[in-house]
Amino acid sequence: MLTYTLRRLLMLIPVLLGMALIVFFIIHAIPGDPAQIILGQQATEENVEALNEQLGLNEPLYVQFFSYLGNILTGDLGESFQTNNAISEEVWPFLAATIELSFVAMLIAIVIGVNAGIISAWFQNSWFDYSAMLLALIGVSIPIFWLGLMEQWAFSVELNWLPSSGRENVRDPVEPITHLFLIDTLIQGRLDQFVDVVRHLILPSVALATIPMAIIARITRSSMLEVMKSDYIRTARAKGMRMFGVVYKHSLKNAVIPVLTIIGLQTGLLLGGAILTETIFSWPGIGRYIYGAIDARDYPVIQSGVLIVATMFIFINLIVDLLYAAVDPRIKYH
Amino acid sequence: MTSILQVKGLKTTFFTDEGNIPAVDDIDFHLDEGEILGIVGESGCGKSVTSLSIMGLVPNPPGKITDGSITFQEEDLTKASEKRMREIRGNEISMIFQEPMTSLNPLFTIGNQLIEAVKLHEKVSKQKALHRVIEMLKVVGLPRAEEMVNEYPHQLSGGMRQRVMIAMAFICNPKILIADEPTTALDVTIQAQILHQMKELNRKRNTAVMLITHDLGVVAEVCTRVIVMYCGQIIEQADVNTIFQSPKHPYTIGLLQSVPDIREKRSRLFSIKGNVPKPGSIQKGCRFAGRCEQAHDRCFAEDPPLYKGDGQGHQVRCFLHESIEEAHHVEDTITSP
Ligand SMILES: Nc1ncnc2c1ncn2[C@@H]1O[C@H](COP(=O)(O)OP(=O)(O)OP(=O)(O)O)[C@@H](O)[C@H]1O
Ligand code: SF4
Ligand SMILES: [Mg+2]
Repeated sequence: MLTYTLRRLLMLIPVLLGMALIVFFIIHAIPGDPAQIILGQQATEENVEALNEQLGLNEPLYVQFFSYLGNILTGDLGESFQTNNAISEEVWPFLAATIELSFVAMLIAIVIGVNAGIISAWFQNSWFDYSAMLLALIGVSIPIFWLGLMEQWAFSVELNWLPSSGRENVRDPVEPITHLFLIDTLIQGRLDQFVDVVRHLILPSVALATIPMAIIARITRSSMLEVMKSDYIRTARAKGMRMFGVVYKHSLKNAVIPVLTIIGLQTGLLLGGAILTETIFSWPGIGRYIYGAIDARDYPVIQSGVLIVATMFIFINLIVDLLYAAVDPRIKYH
Repeated sequence: MTSILQVKGLKTTFFTDEGNIPAVDDIDFHLDEGEILGIVGESGCGKSVTSLSIMGLVPNPPGKITDGSITFQEEDLTKASEKRMREIRGNEISMIFQEPMTSLNPLFTIGNQLIEAVKLHEKVSKQKALHRVIEMLKVVGLPRAEEMVNEYPHQLSGGMRQRVMIAMAFICNPKILIADEPTTALDVTIQAQILHQMKELNRKRNTAVMLITHDLGVVAEVCTRVIVMYCGQIIEQADVNTIFQSPKHPYTIGLLQSVPDIREKRSRLFSIKGNVPKPGSIQKGCRFAGRCEQAHDRCFAEDPPLYKGDGQGHQVRCFLHESIEEAHHVEDTITSP
């Protein structure tokens, strides 16, 4: 398992390099002159030229790429054109907000989705199965922004149960330590704030969880149905095992691989899709950070933001691959 | 000798979209303590469904035991609760399946799966269970038992896996073993070893064995009594010698002729013309009539009951054997081709 993990880590190097290259060229393909935008419409030709020189934007592209590569390898993501702050320092609060939201959303999606899929397969063609699958069908077809708006209308406006936007109570803000507020409030023993953070998380995370939950439920069900027909399941029953053990021990472990694949993919998509949810729920996450940067042609921020999200995507895939090997002893031997 | 299992009027039906399939249709038989009973018949005749009915593992839906009783030590299993059936499965009645390659869970070690079999029925520590497992693996002729418990099924050959299955079936000392074509998927030398192993355990532990097969060679090798099934029914049953020396039912005779005989060096195997009819497709008359060379008008109009044959416990479902005298006469004419 250790050598397998090391091998997989080594294989990441070319992937990450390729990704950096793609991100770099895509960003440079965005039309618009950044120096012009930074300086505004009134800037003189000379001033623009001077700034381009200063930012290194006049160098040939490949030179720019290698200096960029050198910088990111040393952890230097450059400075924001807008704020002049180091991006590597500035980005974390946004990233933490997105990670917290995505994590909670995926947790909801996995716990409910996987169990709904299992029970649907176990009691195939029961009323539970029919209603769960109908809900899942609705879940995959609902547009997220519509669901988000409906949630806000129902639970914030009409019922006034939950806050409709933001991550915290602005009149009593969380003292950031890790910027993961669930953790910060617990460290500080501020249970009132913890509850408040949870209340802020509910609506956006449910909106974000809906599609992955529906997809996970469907994949789990079909995968479980397939596995439960197999001979070794009959063997487990012939041993005198109860259905619960047959389902949750013998079947689930075999059915989990396609489910893991879909969880990995959906987590990646979730990071991409967070921008929409973050906008609807005014969530100060990485999606909003990048969105603002695109508006301002803030190249370094766009580039770093995309790079961070893409890197997370790659690492999620790595984790999924390692989990495959942890579940299935046959994988390491191929 | 006392019967440990008594099956009476058992009917198991599958309710499918294409209609009801009476896969097992009113069968009666008994299994004596410590004997090896063979059940033979072509594919689809209901052998597996019979054994799954006894185990209470008929896939439901679509299948269901619709009639009859299965008496195991004075207890009717068709009326037993699921909880009681769980206590019986693997502990009092064990089962081995045809496919050793797929019958073990690929994601758990051999040790894990065998220890589980012990711990489901006995309150013992994991250490003790492991000890038992290693011992049992050695009993079934797996010498590397200590290492094998940490290995996964894909690391073993088909023959080794089937031995593991036998070990799993015997580990709680069951009173009955149902072996559903345990050697069909294995090559001949391994087949002989596995059969020998089962016979050994049957002898040493006095476990009654129901051996399902379509290989009459296997039957001749290990069984004491034979049941021949056709299309969900028992069409002949007798002790091994009677079946091989004086078979009565035209189908049994056909089956015996389809066994390759090395001495005669026939290039082509004799086989019975036509296909096994789907259970439920024949509403009236003898189910073999469409393929039987001796079929006459009555065979298409009436269901033949089981008649007594000449040996003890010999039964045959054919109008030609309404009386034994007639039977001998006809038999001569049909065995010479
Ligand atoms: N799950 C099922 N659904 C519908 N019909 C079934 C099902 N399982 C078995 N049957 C029916 O029961 C009949 C008997 O099947 P069974 O598996 O007992 O045959 P078998 O004698 O064991 O054959 P084989 O030698 O191929 O194993 C088949 O003809 C089939 O039509
Ligand atoms: S009853 Fe008739 S059809 Fe059936 S086996 Fe006997 S002779 Fe053949
Ligand atoms: Mg079968």
